[in-house]
Amino acid sequence: MSLRDVSPIFVCILFFGHLSFGQIDSTLLKRRPVDTLQQTLNMDAPYNRPFLDVGKLPVSLGGYMEVNWQRLGTDGVSEGHQFQARRLTLFVASTISRRLKFLTEVEFEEGGREIAIEFASLDLEFHPLLNLRGGIILNPIGAFNQNHDGPKWEFTDRPISATQLLPATWSTPGFGLYGKYHSEAWMFGYEAYVTGGFDDSIIDNPENRTFLPASKENAERFEEGNTLFTGKIALRNNAIGEVGLSYMGGTYNTFEADGIVLDEKRRLNVFAIDFNTTLPRLNTFITGEWTFIDVDVPDTFTQQFGDKQHGGFMDIVQPILKKKIFGWEKAVVNLALRLEYVDWNVGSFDETGGNIAQDIWNIMPAISFRPTPQTVIRLNYRHSEERDLLGNPPAVTGGFIFGLSTYF
Amino acid sequence: MKKELASFLCLVLGIFTLLVSCDHLEPQGPEEDQLLDGPLEGLTNAQSKQFLDGDIAFNDEVFTSDSGLGPIFVATSCASCHIGDGKGHPFTTLTRFGQSEPGANAFLNQGGPQLQNRAIPGFEPENIPPGATFSNFTPPAITGLGFLELVSDEDILAMADPDDEDNDGISGVPNWIDPPSFVTLFPNAIAQDGKYIHRFGKKAAAYNLLHQTINAYNQDIGITSIQNPIDVFSGQEIEPEVDQNTVNDVVFYLQTLKAPIQRDQNDDEVVQGQDLFGQINCTACHKPTLRTGFSPVQVLSEVNFHPYTDLLLHDMGPDLDDGYTEGSAETSEWRTPPLWGLGLSPNSQGGQFFLMHDGRARSIEEAILMHGGEAANSRQQYENLSETEKEALIRFLKSL
Repeated sequence: MSLRDVSPIFVCILFFGHLSFGQIDSTLLKRRPVDTLQQTLNMDAPYNRPFLDVGKLPVSLGGYMEVNWQRLGTDGVSEGHQFQARRLTLFVASTISRRLKFLTEVEFEEGGREIAIEFASLDLEFHPLLNLRGGIILNPIGAFNQNHDGPKWEFTDRPISATQLLPATWSTPGFGLYGKYHSEAWMFGYEAYVTGGFDDSIIDNPENRTFLPASKENAERFEEGNTLFTGKIALRNNAIGEVGLSYMGGTYNTFEADGIVLDEKRRLNVFAIDFNTTLPRLNTFITGEWTFIDVDVPDTFTQQFGDKQHGGFMDIVQPILKKKIFGWEKAVVNLALRLEYVDWNVGSFDETGGNIAQDIWNIMPAISFRPTPQTVIRLNYRHSEERDLLGNPPAVTGGFIFGLSTYF
Repeated sequence: MKKELASFLCLVLGIFTLLVSCDHLEPQGPEEDQLLDGPLEGLTNAQSKQFLDGDIAFNDEVFTSDSGLGPIFVATSCASCHIGDGKGHPFTTLTRFGQSEPGANAFLNQGGPQLQNRAIPGFEPENIPPGATFSNFTPPAITGLGFLELVSDEDILAMADPDDEDNDGISGVPNWIDPPSFVTLFPNAIAQDGKYIHRFGKKAAAYNLLHQTINAYNQDIGITSIQNPIDVFSGQEIEPEVDQNTVNDVVFYLQTLKAPIQRDQNDDEVVQGQDLFGQINCTACHKPTLRTGFSPVQVLSEVNFHPYTDLLLHDMGPDLDDGYTEGSAETSEWRTPPLWGLGLSPNSQGGQFFLMHDGRARSIEEAILMHGGEAANSRQQYENLSETEKEALIRFLKSL
């Protein structure tokens, strides 16, 4: 039975279970808010979510949803009004014992057309600096992959570098260690996992470019495939902010089958740096990440598929109003700006020495309203310019996107 | 609370205004005359649907190893070579080899006539065999091809002057080739020794757009079809990798792409340049106006159009003789390339010009100065023009 087959059953159990408890006594449902006092790193994002505790059951429930309206056009051709149910995600967390936790996250995208277990891991704590994690893991490359919940962001779209360069949300089965250490204002964390990896599709796909997200389509990665190492270290100072350095790499191609050598082993290496900080007094929140990708593409393949890529984003969020609005006690209005750039093919043509373009930049101003920290209503304007391989006049896309996203 | 309500109403009003004005807030596209892609005006709804299907197959479909790419190939999609339906870039230049004189290609059993210089992982691409001559072909613009396909053989022959009877130094001959069996001959097709006039390609070696499309799928992307089921790597017949409906849609797309629209045609300098173009006899080969025959696509049928070609082969002199040829053409003979859309070439060539058959000319003037053979006299007359006149002539060519 495939994941797609069992997922509806799983959802029904969750929902009907949830409702049946609710009908008995709604006071049994208790909101466990996000812990904003405890020091956290980006790596804590999967557990740092608002869960709903059900009576004395050792199981917590949660989730979030995102829905958008958008009206975008490219070079004078409008997509018209589009209403999008981007995703519905359900979390289930369980504290099996004080130092043994389980968390899973199931995501339904595009009205249920895509269903994926994004995260399902068992965490065993031996020491704060030594925890074992096994299961389907969100690879800690950059910051967004682990910290991708829609309600946390002031923008309706995920960063281009997180979806079109890196495959957010990129999760693979495997094992690894993680740990944290903090002292006064400082906090240090690390993660290191060995998991399933990428496949040939990253350089053999209908996107016509080196495209790591192509491997997301390969469900066999949950059963077999190449090995991928992902590691990250992060350092946080309460007054300065957090910086993370991460690496993900391994062989990606089918170099042998049934013991028969088909090709040489080809590697992929991904480096990322991420940061976030909140400026004192202004309370301006700044976050971003930048990724560098190096792929061993055969010299005899087409340069359409680049061997080097890079890109990233920076978000600036400025709260401009923090007060009781329409009866919401601590409502916040933010102005925000996202700047992002991705180059899918860094290099020059063998034939001419000219630059290979195949890049995009995007600027996205936004205004958001948060009646509560868990819910955001946001209005974005997108302006992006994407160039083809040759650097011809760019395709210009622009338009408004309105959406809401909330934890529940 | 009243203040909040007013704010809320303002917000709702703002959003409503936004919805109403969305059209104006989206980026506007380039003017129609700045684009090479787009359908002919006046297609029926059914024809527009087929055009769209062909557009998707041509511009969006990327072949992978799963869908039949290669295993040796030049490009992964049609649009890789013909971005925006315009001229291509040296990145996707084709190399043809093995035929050094009119007749047959002696290297067909060694990978000829086209070099597949790329391969999917695990395979090795081809190399040019020792002793084979070769030529590089930059992908041409593909707009307006439907008009060119409909020029009658009779009209093409009327422009030919193989023995230079008018004594202007310019001959012009068709490329007579035995067409492949899957080709349906044009109505009133004219034969010579059992061979027919071919018209597409740098050497005019493709009979019609179906022939061109089948060749391109097979030789450029390594995709077999019903018409050509031979795999370029193994040389064996395999199952078709593109279905016939898609082939038909792509051919229809090529047939119904609009013709490039001239810009600034009333500008004084452009008009002067157009006059000079005729005066120095460029129009002997780059015929400004041709006429289509009958077509079931009404907007293509029996109309005049302005491609600046005669679809004939001309001897371009020793500097443009690569020692490679196709069909009955001599190695120094090249089909007159249509000049329409020339000014928009940089928009599909990465902001630069790569002109002549292999992209060796980096500007229009360089291209003119590379003309030899039958065009030597016109080139000399161009060189004799004043700088102002040269600028006007080039301005005219850029307006096309």
